[in-house]
Amino acid sequence: MERDATAELTARVQAAAAARTPLQLCGSGSKAFYGRPLRGEPLMLQDHTGVVDYDPQELVLTARAGTPLAHIEARLAECGQHLPFEPPHFGPAATLGGMIACGLAGPARASAGPVRDYVLGVRILTGAGQVLNFGGRVMKNVAGYDVTRLMVGALGTLGVLLEVSLKVLPRAPGQLTLTFALSGAQAIARMNDWARTPLPVTGTCWVDGRLYVRLQGSPAALAQARRIGGEELNAAEAFWTSVKEHTHPFFDGAGTLWRLTVPSASAVFDVPGRTLMEWTGAQRWLVPDAARADLHAHSVRAGGFATRFRDAEPSGEVFAALPAALMRVHHELKKTFDPYAILNLGRLYADL
Amino acid sequence: MASLAEELRAAVGAANVLTAREACVAFECDGLTAYRHVPDVVVLPGNAAEVQAVMSICHRLRVPVVARGAGTGLSGGSLPVAGAVLLVLARLNQILELAPRRRLARVQPGVTNLSISKACAEHGLFYAPDPSSQIACSIGGNVAENSGGVHCLKYGITLHNILEIQIVTAAGEFLVLGSEMGEAPGYALTALLTGSEGMLGIIVEVTVKLLPRPESVELVVGAFDDIGACARVVGDIISAGIIPAGLEMMDGAAICAADAFAKCGYPTAAQALLLCEIDGGDADVTHQLERVMSIMREAGAVYLRVAADASEQLRMWSGRKAAFPAVGRLAPDYYCMDGTIPRRRLPEVLHRISGLSEEFALPIANVFHAGDGNLHPLIMFDAGKPDELRRAEECGNRILELCVAVGGTVTGEHGVGVEKLGPMCTQFGSGELEMFHAVKRAFDPHALLNPGKAVPTLARCADYGALRVHGGQMPFEHLPRF
Repeated sequence: MERDATAELTARVQAAAAARTPLQLCGSGSKAFYGRPLRGEPLMLQDHTGVVDYDPQELVLTARAGTPLAHIEARLAECGQHLPFEPPHFGPAATLGGMIACGLAGPARASAGPVRDYVLGVRILTGAGQVLNFGGRVMKNVAGYDVTRLMVGALGTLGVLLEVSLKVLPRAPGQLTLTFALSGAQAIARMNDWARTPLPVTGTCWVDGRLYVRLQGSPAALAQARRIGGEELNAAEAFWTSVKEHTHPFFDGAGTLWRLTVPSASAVFDVPGRTLMEWTGAQRWLVPDAARADLHAHSVRAGGFATRFRDAEPSGEVFAALPAALMRVHHELKKTFDPYAILNLGRLYADL
Repeated sequence: MASLAEELRAAVGAANVLTAREACVAFECDGLTAYRHVPDVVVLPGNAAEVQAVMSICHRLRVPVVARGAGTGLSGGSLPVAGAVLLVLARLNQILELAPRRRLARVQPGVTNLSISKACAEHGLFYAPDPSSQIACSIGGNVAENSGGVHCLKYGITLHNILEIQIVTAAGEFLVLGSEMGEAPGYALTALLTGSEGMLGIIVEVTVKLLPRPESVELVVGAFDDIGACARVVGDIISAGIIPAGLEMMDGAAICAADAFAKCGYPTAAQALLLCEIDGGDADVTHQLERVMSIMREAGAVYLRVAADASEQLRMWSGRKAAFPAVGRLAPDYYCMDGTIPRRRLPEVLHRISGLSEEFALPIANVFHAGDGNLHPLIMFDAGKPDELRRAEECGNRILELCVAVGGTVTGEHGVGVEKLGPMCTQFGSGELEMFHAVKRAFDPHALLNPGKAVPTLARCADYGALRVHGGQMPFEHLPRF
């Protein structure tokens, strides 16, 4: 359960750098579907495991990147704490490193903030095989550029994550889920109205003509919150888990799953197919009826962007195109951290 | 610089380019007044397009540029540099869009922090980060420094409260980082730029997140005879699952200074004081307040009081908020440190700081953002006495080294600027420092933005290390006066 593989991993990356051998960074493979298809020799990271430091009073947990997410969440739960952004696992053995590299958050994202907000420090292995430490294990730290958070969502293209320090928080004492029969447009209006009030909303989801809202707080606060109406959902925990983990029936079946991130009050998209909305309307999952529908243009018109999240037959770009000047900055940063272009080359964008 | 000034005048208008020494002297320093340099050219663009024009000119002529917001920074981040243009963003002071329904505001960088909360108050919303200079400091500077405030533990620092930033690069290119949803495809560049101290780009627009005002706010003040007991209360509150909006601690010296200054009724015989602000829904606040009071009682509080109303809350906060000027009355000068430590090491760190106070024969008062471990030791000295300044800076560096040694950092919220270049060498190895310089080159290959700040050169670290070995006899070019 506890193993420090830094020396072996460093040797592997140094050898790969010397031979210019592309490497494919592999955790448990739970999110291998995410991003552009990858070539290269597998670099197995699952054996670099163990919680290095956790003191509930500090609200900080430090662990090696191969540590299973389930293990970390269980440790936190023992002390009444959690990862507030509710990361999806997408598999039983999902690792901490994969969570950071993919940067995906669950239903609580709209209230708790993204993964990036909770990362305090990292130890990485650069593409040149150098072990470097950025950030730290304290809440407030403005010394040096924020390389730590640059790793979040970089899909392993800038470095091999070795160790991560996270800010964690206490779990709310109780929760309540209320449901409402509403159209998509009505749900968008309702979610955005709630977001402007102090109501303790920590999750919203609209699917199959029904809006689900999760509230968290003390029993007294939840009793007060019932004033918004709706019907109470039993087995609420299972529902939110199914939305987070994509085990909800909405995610079954064929077709390309698109993730659209748009301004939360954007109108319902006029695309034939199925839709599930989360995050007050800012995250929308779409499965278009037309097999080759391209939702990039739709989301750009709404002021957002689309991701080809899961595709039975991966092809073309997964992430929205970047303006040329911004892409140049990405290439410069890639060269800085991975001078021999060996780390997950092309997983985020071609040649990156 | 004649042709440079002419080109700049053509770009932004003659009235907005200053070259006369008597006009430029107003911009010679920021809040770290120990370091001064009168800029040769000050340029005040009026919009993002003019910033782009200025940057293009300076890039073509390879003239360095130092960006400045309101000039309230505490680490010399906007200290003018010889031969550089000082780019003052104060005229970009418009709130471009206030969108209560989308819970955001799009603002220009020169807009002051407090004016955002004022503008959205009528909609029941507020902008959370509240640095003590919030009445004057600008949002562009807040992003450049990743500023904190007393409500960070619950509401986060600047990074957690911004959604998108727009920058002009050293080459004059315009980039949008992030989006109003708070994320964007590609690398997390919003985070990288936040806190980058004007080294990577010029911020020309910021989209900030607005939060609903909490229903209820309560403030409880507890005092203790033992600073260790007080520090343990901080951990106990958090272990009870409570995240206060503010959790501030002061030691005996700071309590006395603050009370004498603000007449706020603090128990001046106590060794430690804790201010705990709880906010949220009515029911949650009532429940948590009771819990906090019982924790303080059990820990042996010698004084315990809940502010009766908003005006008493203000009065109780006034002592803490006036702690710096209050300490300023006890000595001709003080030097404010900004290290962050793991909270559990607090009793030990305070004990060692008190040892350093004796060793250097300089009194130190401690004010502490206890919730997030950010310590502000205030070293009192008299710059008029021959050796005191050197001792104060040496003592300060030793405190920062101590913060690093216990697993912390040399700066929690004030930034590195020119002030903490030496202590940065303690916190980072040469590999990390080289990587920082490489990140800078990725954005600014000709090193035109804020040269010499934020990240020490390896040569400087070699000097710093060597000097530390030789009895800490650091030479000082300037005589700081704080």
